[in-house]
Amino acid sequence: MKPRPTLYGLMVEFLTASEILEATRRAWQAGYREMDAYTPYPVEGLAAALGLRRSRVPFVVLIAGLVGALLGFAMQYYSMAVSYPLNIGGRPYNSWPVFMPIAFEVMVLVAGFAAFLGMLLLNGLPRPHHPVFNVPGFERSSQDRFFLCIEAVDPLFDLQGTAEFLAALKPHGSVIAVPRDRQWKAKPVESIQRQQAEESVSP
Amino acid sequence: MASDEPTTPAEPGASLGDIPRPNYVPAGHDFASVTEKVSSLVLRRGVGLGWLGGMGLSQLVVAVFLLTVAYLLIMGIGIWGINIPVGWGFDITSFVWWIGIGHAGTLISAFLLLMHQKWRTSINRIAEAMTIFAVMCAGLFPLLHLGRPWFFYWLLPLPNTMGLWPQFRSALIYDVFAVSTYFTISLLFWYMGMIPDLATLRDRAQNRLVRLAYGMLAMGWRNSARHWHRFEMSYLLLGGLATPLVISVHSVVSSDFAVSVVPAWHETVFPPYFVAGAIFSGFAMVLLLCIPIRHFYKLKEFITIDHLDVMGKLLLGTSLLTSFGYLAEQSLSWYAGEAVESYVYRYRLTGFGQYATIVWILFFCNTIAPQILWFKRWRRNEAVLFVVSVIVLVGMWLERFMIITSSLSRDFLPSSWGMFKPTIWDYLTYGGSLGVFFAAFLLFARFAPILSMSETRALLPGAHGTEVGR
Repeated sequence: MKPRPTLYGLMVEFLTASEILEATRRAWQAGYREMDAYTPYPVEGLAAALGLRRSRVPFVVLIAGLVGALLGFAMQYYSMAVSYPLNIGGRPYNSWPVFMPIAFEVMVLVAGFAAFLGMLLLNGLPRPHHPVFNVPGFERSSQDRFFLCIEAVDPLFDLQGTAEFLAALKPHGSVIAVPRDRQWKAKPVESIQRQQAEESVSP
Repeated sequence: MASDEPTTPAEPGASLGDIPRPNYVPAGHDFASVTEKVSSLVLRRGVGLGWLGGMGLSQLVVAVFLLTVAYLLIMGIGIWGINIPVGWGFDITSFVWWIGIGHAGTLISAFLLLMHQKWRTSINRIAEAMTIFAVMCAGLFPLLHLGRPWFFYWLLPLPNTMGLWPQFRSALIYDVFAVSTYFTISLLFWYMGMIPDLATLRDRAQNRLVRLAYGMLAMGWRNSARHWHRFEMSYLLLGGLATPLVISVHSVVSSDFAVSVVPAWHETVFPPYFVAGAIFSGFAMVLLLCIPIRHFYKLKEFITIDHLDVMGKLLLGTSLLTSFGYLAEQSLSWYAGEAVESYVYRYRLTGFGQYATIVWILFFCNTIAPQILWFKRWRRNEAVLFVVSVIVLVGMWLERFMIITSSLSRDFLPSSWGMFKPTIWDYLTYGGSLGVFFAAFLLFARFAPILSMSETRALLPGAHGTEVGR
């Protein structure tokens, strides 16, 4: 007997940005927190509707920039004043004003990498596979459709109740149950409910 | 080429009274059609004859370039016309010219992002690609100029058996750090902005291998609102970092000249003057690339005539800035009254037989020719813009050449005066780098999304849940 697919969440599809905004706001009002929207471009106001706080990226970049500037300066100080002091036209070994351009460049370099890698790592990327990719038609999330997924880890999540809540948002198509495992195809939630009902009847 | 195209209002309510608003949004497109149009340029099968022809020609030039470089490596840089007193010739001229061209790309993508100039959306990807390839070409010249490029790592602060370090007080070492940082950050910015579009290509690819390739590059991007939230912040921060960086890069390049004690190089006006010229030549290159692309790829509703119009205005504006630099240079040397300095400026303007012909040609190219862009009629004419761009690119190359060679040829000691005579290898190395640039750009145009699909979608009417107004 195959093990049961563990559920990642329930997903619905919308055709416009205003629908997904409205749906997300209503889900938030209904108390759902562990959810995510998938849109082909960043929709204004969606992050706020999902209750996302200011991201930690700026802090990471600030720290990286400071570290980079210090590193750049320390590298020059060490090589020019400590490791191999050279008298160039009587200038002081630690001629700090001329060390500024390279300290600046190293700062930008390190901070830039922090902005890029910070975005990737905080987003959990690279991640070649994810349960939401199991949903048929999900490839349109990068083209012209808008998806909302309430995840099974949400404390208020309940297969029956959440499915009814999502269906009441008048999505395009049916409510899709998203399996966590890639072996199972995502399918409309009714078929899972039917299956569960059958299993509870049989011994 | 088409001449005038009417301005179509983007949407009802977009016009204020009778004033037609410029149209930067693809008219009559929706999310699906934008995606379809841009991704089909990448995902279609085969290549067009025009692309093949352009690529063949570019590769021919690349082949010549490779042969030239091979000969250069065997014989040494003595095959070029450089010698004492003029030790910097076509090589450093081309370096300064190429790196300047890159600047407009970063300016369009980063500075206009910070300024919320939405019109950047249609051209920023092209401009960023241009930056990367231009900096690649720029980097070749100082490396080849080393004579023994395989020792380039001596420029880096690596611990070595000689116990030596690079001389960090030298502007030439600033260059190493500025240019390599600039290239790296531009690459990150370009790639990061492309990730959502690569995901679109992954999702639309029919072929398994193509899907795998774009899927790996997209790194599992799934358009989650949480991801977009961090993405937008990081992208903005990268833009904020790239903007001062771009100013620093050409300032550092100008320091190569300004910190030396050579007449008409040792000037405080150099950093802003170089940056203005850099952006000026870069806008010309962006126009030079955008006009054929919108023409051959049928992207006229994406890169509209209004885009060309505003770029023409920027070209004119930067031309005036650069011309102001010429004026400031001349008048300051006159006002300072320093004998050798004044002599070099007079020599530049009147030394026909030496460099004065070039100087007057460049004044025509950079100051006179762009004045035609005061007229809206000509700014909105593809052919005129294209020709002006070519003239400006030639003019800016001559300007860098004039600055470098005329000063070196007239040092403080008349006994060490001498002229620079380019050899065939000078021309082939510079010309060859153009082939490298255009070959790389054609590869980009075939295999990468040349417009930002995700940003274009966000510009469409109704993209943010409201009907009118953003």
